[in-house]
Amino acid sequence: MRQYSAIALAVSSAMLFAACSSTKLDDKPKIDDKPVQTAPVQQGDARTVTPINTTPDVSAPADASRSVYFDFDSYVVKDEYAPVIQTNSKFLSVKKGQKVLIQGNTDERGTAEYNLALGQKRAEAVRKSLAAMGVPDSQMEAVSLGKDKPKAQGHDESAWAQNRRADLVY
Amino acid sequence: MTKHFIRFAALLWLACASVLAQAQLRITTEGVGSKRIPVAIADFADESQSPEQISAIIKADLSRSGYFTIIDTNSPMSENSVVNYPDWKTRGAFALAPGSVQKLADGRFVIRYRLFDINKGQQISGFSETVYPDRLRLAAHKIADDIYEKLTGAPGDFSTRIAYVTKEGRTYKLVVADADGMGRIDAMNSSEPIISPTWSPDGTHIACVSYERRKPIVYVVDLVRGEHHEVANFKGSNSAPAWSPDGSKLAVALSLTGNTQIYVINANGGGAPVKLTSSADIDTEPRFSPDGQSIYFTSNRGGGPQIYRVGVNGGSAQRVTFSGDFNTSPRISPDGKSLVYVSRRGGQFQIYLLDLATNQELRLSNGSMDEAPSFSPSGRYILYASELGHRNSLAVVSVDGSVKQQLLNQAVDYSEPTWGPFMK
Repeated sequence: MRQYSAIALAVSSAMLFAACSSTKLDDKPKIDDKPVQTAPVQQGDARTVTPINTTPDVSAPADASRSVYFDFDSYVVKDEYAPVIQTNSKFLSVKKGQKVLIQGNTDERGTAEYNLALGQKRAEAVRKSLAAMGVPDSQMEAVSLGKDKPKAQGHDESAWAQNRRADLVY
Repeated sequence: MTKHFIRFAALLWLACASVLAQAQLRITTEGVGSKRIPVAIADFADESQSPEQISAIIKADLSRSGYFTIIDTNSPMSENSVVNYPDWKTRGAFALAPGSVQKLADGRFVIRYRLFDINKGQQISGFSETVYPDRLRLAAHKIADDIYEKLTGAPGDFSTRIAYVTKEGRTYKLVVADADGMGRIDAMNSSEPIISPTWSPDGTHIACVSYERRKPIVYVVDLVRGEHHEVANFKGSNSAPAWSPDGSKLAVALSLTGNTQIYVINANGGGAPVKLTSSADIDTEPRFSPDGQSIYFTSNRGGGPQIYRVGVNGGSAQRVTFSGDFNTSPRISPDGKSLVYVSRRGGQFQIYLLDLATNQELRLSNGSMDEAPSFSPSGRYILYASELGHRNSLAVVSVDGSVKQQLLNQAVDYSEPTWGPFMK
């Protein structure tokens, strides 16, 4: 892209130089900062089309920045996840049309529906953290998968710790 | 020749594999009922014509119940055989049930049966059923129900059905089966989890929660038509459906306010949800009382989860459970007099029964991760999921805790069992 710009600049400059030189030999070629604007454009008439770019060049946060892990029996977003909240809230504030699904999860201990409600608390905790950073509710939905979609399949603390989690899904 | 042999061998292998699969579905019964009634069940005359051995199904039902000891008659007896009462009395039988099977030209079968009271020396019941082959097991279960009711005074649950969820490989299935676990039909397949199935009062629909759209949504499955439709898909989580006794409403848990609370919606999904409970944190797992006047639910409003009861039109809730610091999944008995739930004591999740009049509590299970209890429609048994070596099996226990059965299949992970209603 940058290369094309350079070529365009060189070509248009040369053309400008040539045009000028053919009329007044004594005039120095005037090369200003905006050579691409040399083609005159009618300003502000009814046929003007000013392009809008609705997809700014920002990509969704990487997978590693889309999960928040929780302590046992805890529903508080720990300080160490501030970067995750910041990265995602920034992305969501730049991409106004983007929605995020926040899925809360629990470890396997306990009953299905009560864990569903506990997972909801984790998703809500993340939703509130994003809201505090200015993300509007209309872009967010907090839901729970309870204990039914474990990321880690084991039955020990290392697996449980991975499953006490909320994921941001785009 | 070789090709034929291979095909034959393959067929034979398939046949063996299916027998093996059946064999893996192991039903074990432990415990002995205090009063067992000796009943003689005859091999039904001509029952070899039927693909299902009717008398074997009846015997299995009755012996599993814990209320009977079965006396073999050693020879087939039809309902028209002459009953030698003194002889049966000598053999210790209180009752005798002979019968017959007749295959009709249109493929149906006529199952006939009679029940004789040996002490009274007279017939006390009997009927005939004409059924297609896929209802043969049902006919046998109905005979077992009739024997059970005539001899114990309470209706039997043998002809009712259960539903549960299996995970086989990566596939989740909502399964409907006879109360004995046989006659399995897959009602819904999904690549995502299904939880909290519960039967409509008429037994034709099952409400459940499915994650098929990346979040919990409440669906009603129409078993007869083979359709399912959303009834609660509000922003946030939608879960824990419970039918009102008349089948017109569903109580559900929604997270509309950010925290999980109980709402009532129309069972067909129309209309706005009516909020029933208000607490700062979790209210979930609603269940209507049999009279439809109150709703039992789980709430952590007092700290840990406990069972509460609230009027069907809302108002203040009363706490119901006080023992232990973790009580969830309330299910009210069909007579409204007792409650079963999952309680965590010493790190073990087990099934407890509470007598609501006396507040007497009884532990009914001894696993480490027992959950999803449900009453049989007679109220005499409780079905629940029990973990065995990190695989969930299904278990049934009598409400006095004396008789217990386990349904286990090594290839299948069972969860979320729920016992269906009485049906015609």
